[in-house]
Amino acid sequence: MSRALTTFAPFRLTASLLQRFGLGGRSLVIAVPVLWLAVFFLIPFLVVAKISLSEAAIALPPYLPILEWDGERAIFSFNLGNYRYLLDDPLYLNAYVFSLKVAFISACIALLVGYPMAYYIARSPEPRRTLLLTLVMLPFWTSFLLRVYAWQGFLRSNGVINNFLLWTGLIDQPLVMLQTDFAVYLGIVYTYLPFMILPLYANLVKLDPSLLEASADLGARPLATFFNVTLPLSMPGIIAGFMLVFVPAIGEFVIPELLGGPDTLMIGRVLWSEFFSNRDWPVASAVAIAMLIALVIPIMILRNAQAHAQEET
Amino acid sequence: MTIKEVAALAKPWVSGSAQPFVRIQSITKKFDDFVAVDDVSLDIYKGELFCLLGGSGCGKSTLLRMLAGFETPTEGSIEIDGQDMAGIPAYDRPTNMMFQSYALFPHMTVERNIAYGLLREGVRKAEAMERVADMLRLVQLERFAGRKPDQLSGGQRQRVALARALVKRPKLLLLDEPLGALDKKLREETQFELVKIQETLGVTFIVVTHDQEEAMTISSRIGVMNAGRIVQVGEPAEIYEHPNSRFVADFIGSVNLFAGHVTVDEADHIDIATPELEGVIHVGHGVSCSPGQELFYAIRPEKLRLSRARPDLPNTFPAMVDEVAYMGNLSIYRLRLPSGRHLNATQVNLSRHVEDAISWDENVWVSWDDNAGVVLTR
Amino acid sequence: MMRASTFLVIFCVLGFIFLYAPILSLIIFSFNESKLVTVWGGFSTKWYGELFRDPQILRAAWVSIQVAVVSATAAVVLGTLAAYVLTRFGRFRTRALLTGMVTAPLVMPDVITGLSLLLLFVAMDQLIGWPAGRGMTTIIIAHVTFCMAYVAVVVQSRLASLDRSLEEAAMDLGARPVRVFFDITIPVIAPALIAGWLLAFTLSLDDLVIASFVTGPGASTLPMVIFSKVRLGVSPDINALATIIIAIVALGVLVATWQLKRSRRS
Repeated sequence: MSRALTTFAPFRLTASLLQRFGLGGRSLVIAVPVLWLAVFFLIPFLVVAKISLSEAAIALPPYLPILEWDGERAIFSFNLGNYRYLLDDPLYLNAYVFSLKVAFISACIALLVGYPMAYYIARSPEPRRTLLLTLVMLPFWTSFLLRVYAWQGFLRSNGVINNFLLWTGLIDQPLVMLQTDFAVYLGIVYTYLPFMILPLYANLVKLDPSLLEASADLGARPLATFFNVTLPLSMPGIIAGFMLVFVPAIGEFVIPELLGGPDTLMIGRVLWSEFFSNRDWPVASAVAIAMLIALVIPIMILRNAQAHAQEET
Repeated sequence: MTIKEVAALAKPWVSGSAQPFVRIQSITKKFDDFVAVDDVSLDIYKGELFCLLGGSGCGKSTLLRMLAGFETPTEGSIEIDGQDMAGIPAYDRPTNMMFQSYALFPHMTVERNIAYGLLREGVRKAEAMERVADMLRLVQLERFAGRKPDQLSGGQRQRVALARALVKRPKLLLLDEPLGALDKKLREETQFELVKIQETLGVTFIVVTHDQEEAMTISSRIGVMNAGRIVQVGEPAEIYEHPNSRFVADFIGSVNLFAGHVTVDEADHIDIATPELEGVIHVGHGVSCSPGQELFYAIRPEKLRLSRARPDLPNTFPAMVDEVAYMGNLSIYRLRLPSGRHLNATQVNLSRHVEDAISWDENVWVSWDDNAGVVLTR
Repeated sequence: MMRASTFLVIFCVLGFIFLYAPILSLIIFSFNESKLVTVWGGFSTKWYGELFRDPQILRAAWVSIQVAVVSATAAVVLGTLAAYVLTRFGRFRTRALLTGMVTAPLVMPDVITGLSLLLLFVAMDQLIGWPAGRGMTTIIIAHVTFCMAYVAVVVQSRLASLDRSLEEAAMDLGARPVRVFFDITIPVIAPALIAGWLLAFTLSLDDLVIASFVTGPGASTLPMVIFSKVRLGVSPDINALATIIIAIVALGVLVATWQLKRSRRS
């Protein structure tokens, strides 16, 4: 019998005792992350769902409980009014549609800008490749908020761009760029560009150059090679990048708040003002739940597309 | 002592009276619905170098991992040195394993890699270091004690892995494709080194390999595996010369295989007729079969003789040379029989003068001795 | 006709100008004498002085750093556990649940995470009296939760590519599972743990939305202070702050690259 067995006898005893109550070391290790995420990630959604069904009130916290005990029985007041309110007021539906539109168009632009950059980086020799990749990553490590703030300074009517254009004489009146939808698109593309480039790069760098040579050898011109070989093989990277830009952009708050106009109503901003300005917690919760449902569909579509693309390549 | 009694001492599996060191009894391993190992029973004796040989996915590695304690058998039992291994985790087993990837800890020096197992056992540091030094001497790596694994060559890494597994003086050493990652030349050298170390230390080795030449060279006995089952166990020569099935005959070495049926069934010889040959195949010994039975006849390429003049041998057939592959020490002839069937024959190049050798498109006689082939009933 | 590679080079140069021009202008105007961000009034470092005399910013920076260090450390521990369980424990009952809960925070909009956690904290406060009020503790809990998902993804991909036989070899040599984890697994995946920590630290330091929801009186993080200042218009001391942050990050990246080169050479 090995020594370890006898040396750790007391250890074993405690372990077997724990195991008798179904608490083996294994289940304890599993329990820690599961419990943490269940308490601080899963249950919060149940709380949100619950509050979205209650009525607003001037109280602390500002909503009425949906379950009340009047001494004899529980009174269940199920209130779908908040959701009806979301449907009745076109503001909310418009904000959803507008958010999806902004996120989609921004993701497309980011793809068009990011793909050539990722391609170029992936085809660069070392050490230039690492240098360029670091340059793409670097802004991500600096404050996101400050980078959005930098665009404010660029876009305002007496900002860098307008001053430059006025100085060159191309315009004689400052362009209105800040507080427009244009600024929001620009801000989203700018902020999320690294998230598009990185998965594209990771995919393109793995592309076997001999495939391109084989295509050329078989008579394809560079452009034909690109559309017949490179592009189809990089589909998983395209979808991954698209997902990383499109999904978070839908719920974006800071960019429309700082760069958009008062009528640039994206859904994240609506939720924020519903909560902080109107202090209507039940409606804010209903917006959150509706937003979650609206998010699930595009995520599912992208997931499916990704699974498909991965199977094919 | 008779010759047989001496042989029984050197080969405990022959006598049947010796106690097996490793007893594997009707062991089965299922992964979901896939049966990786299917009802395998095997006895391995002390001091053996036993090879589990088979293609990829035949279950040989799973069997090895069950011995090491990384997989739990679905059914059956494993006994090592009289002790049942059921419920004993890998870290408490008297076995050690050498991994196919070597699995050297990349963040530890060679010395610390080898000492790791001793320290886990509770061996004092000073003693552990002494034993590590001994081991390093055995594998001739004294100068590399302070290096990290990624500063070693493939062959050096292989030796560190071997030293790390051996330093604990295991009762049983399990080796998963120990030479698989080495190039051909180094592999041949290392084969002999491995056997030498095994003989010096007297440790029982079980080696998993897919390389039949390697298995033939190093092992005391071979267990050929296919689709989760052991299909034949025997000494290398036995497996090669007396395969018990078409699978083994075909898997070990190369072979010419004929399907036919028995026409003459006598006590001291049988005849087999096959549509692929004009005439019958004479077999110069009795076979337990019945007249008319369908069976197979296997003959190895090196057992065939080629000649321009018709020889006086019981099995002689006309053929034409289709291709000749010159290999240096020998030549492989691809012959076409009148039936259209192809045969492979190898001829040792005894002479350096190749001008008069048999060549393409020549009509020749192919012949073999009536004891050169094997009759297979499955 | 323009060659494809020329087009790519020009495109890439424009792309990097797009990425870096705003950052450069932040740095340049942080040394501007004038309060107007657009007019160059001569070189000056007065905004740096102003920054370091602003107690609100200094306090917020200190809060943010504490929150980020604690959150990143806890997120690495929890995220590594989650990744280890998912890659090494085979099947268990809550596996599908854990997989879902580890990946969902990555695509969850901040506003939803923030709102839901706040509502949870309020409900918990009512039910069990903890956490009493909100502040740094609640921000840390929130940050640990969303950062551990990122750590788990980083560590999981490293663990998946780790040769399983390393751990098996240690076990074969007599090490028990806990010992194997600390002797072999942790040292081998250490670079991924460091990367995960840095990622979590940055995410925590950068978060405005979630912190705004779950914070209470008295606990303002740096992004919250920056946001309230920026909303009111231009403030050159924010430029100075941005320059300092960029300098720290650039220095960090330089040191990391240098370290990587050195370790490769040895």
